[in-house]
Amino acid sequence: MLELRSIGMRFGAVEALQAVDLELAPGEVVGLMGDNGAGKSTLLKIVAGNFAPTSGEIRWDGQAVELTPLSAREHGIEAVYQDLALCDNLSATANVFLGRELHRRLFGILPVLDHGAMRNRSAELFDELGSDTRPDDLVRRMSGGQRQATALARARLSAPRLMLLDEPTAAISVRQIAEVLELIRSLRDQGVSVLLVSHRMSDVFAVADRVVVLRRGRKVADKASAESSPEEVTALITGAIEAA
Amino acid sequence: MKGLRRAPQSLWVMLTVAALAGVMSLVSEPFASADNIFNISRNFAFIGLIALGQTAVIATGGIDLSVGSVMGLVGIVTGLVLASGQPLIVAAAAGLGCALLCGLVNGALVGYLRLSPFVVTLGMLSIARSLALVISNNRMIHDFGPDEELLLTLGGGRFLGVANPVWLLLVAALCAAAWFRYSRLARHVLAVGGNEDSTRLAGVPVARVKLTVYVLCSLLAGVSAILMVGWLGAVTNALGQNYELRVIASAVIGGANLMGGEGGAFGAVAGAALIELIRNSLLLLGVDPYWQGAFIGGSIIAAMLVERIRRTGRPGVA
Repeated sequence: MLELRSIGMRFGAVEALQAVDLELAPGEVVGLMGDNGAGKSTLLKIVAGNFAPTSGEIRWDGQAVELTPLSAREHGIEAVYQDLALCDNLSATANVFLGRELHRRLFGILPVLDHGAMRNRSAELFDELGSDTRPDDLVRRMSGGQRQATALARARLSAPRLMLLDEPTAAISVRQIAEVLELIRSLRDQGVSVLLVSHRMSDVFAVADRVVVLRRGRKVADKASAESSPEEVTALITGAIEAA
Repeated sequence: MKGLRRAPQSLWVMLTVAALAGVMSLVSEPFASADNIFNISRNFAFIGLIALGQTAVIATGGIDLSVGSVMGLVGIVTGLVLASGQPLIVAAAAGLGCALLCGLVNGALVGYLRLSPFVVTLGMLSIARSLALVISNNRMIHDFGPDEELLLTLGGGRFLGVANPVWLLLVAALCAAAWFRYSRLARHVLAVGGNEDSTRLAGVPVARVKLTVYVLCSLLAGVSAILMVGWLGAVTNALGQNYELRVIASAVIGGANLMGGEGGAFGAVAGAALIELIRNSLLLLGVDPYWQGAFIGGSIIAAMLVERIRRTGRPGVA
């Protein structure tokens, strides 16, 4: 589905990425790991369309594409960022539909917000995600896991085919981390591919089918997580093992 | 207790208004007279109308300090055009045109150039008042030409025993309440006040949202000014002086959060009613009117403290 070929990214004198290849199949969860500055976030932002790579090719469904934030969305790529970008003062439903509100026509002419339809749709989304988030709850009063579910539901609204998750388990409690991992599994079960950037080894091994390790802009490993181990990945990240 | 704390602030303010009115009607004979009630309601209508717009501005996390000066400018322009023999419709259009212009300048600078709303509208406060002085040459206008009668009826008349401005406030408040609940724009107003960056990321045209609320607020100040001129029967460049404080106090007391993201139509009206009621009560109780500023200023600060306590359970932050 997604194919990155020999992606390079240069910021002035800094080579953030060098000749990175990556493939993602439908319904596949890939954990992208690496130390700070290894190029994880840069790669994620390239796929989200925020950066154009300085070299290499991005193929989507076999076609070479140039991604912008808008075209990435149109292709079905949605990103959920670390800070979640939610409005604390609004309800879960309002956040899910922010900028994409549903309308009905009063007396056939006057467009008004269709609160019922939006609430029902977001309730469905939370159900699909297996989350206990209630559509009318204010984000301010939510747990970290519920916030994550709200951000995911917003990304799910357009029925994306690939979700990019940037550190979804940073800064939340252990119990909530379990919730978020469950959310990722339910996405996969519905055929959505997930590219998961994370620092937390245990999370990646809990949900990822495949682990990709970046070190100083180069891909040093790309293997099924069943055939690797946290010890090996740690060694790859630090450079104790050159490549695997 | 938790349920009580979550009740909307507008409800609390309405209860306070009712309680204060109850006490006043017991201790003061003239308070409950038809004339006094009529006066209170008409006086707060002028403020309440603008407080609706101010609430929308504050809900984006902004503030409009220029409303009082815009009233002065609109009053003078409308008065002068009327005095030159033009019909009211032309004069009102000229006055509201000035309000529109002030709102556009405020909104464009805050929205598109991202300047601080406080500084931009403080500047406009000075500019609009100064223009009113220049245009009027510091004269009082009290001859309003052929449409004088219409103007005086519009602002000073009554219908079914209720002052015309109060009817307008009622209609405007109902429209504003529906707008807050059912319009996409109002949803975006609250979103901008809640988290501006994420609202922008979600594809909402944040600058345009801000421009719109400043324009709306200015236009409401203009409408209020025209009605007020009709009520007073004369206008000087001092029309609306210091009203920004009463308008902002009304919005804030009614539950608009100065940090943005919260506010509603009924709160604005209830806040305006409470302030006018306090003013009126102080007068009837024989308190020197010089004290009014202290009470209004104090009530803004008190409203913010009450809001903080309601939210966090204590007055401090840490």
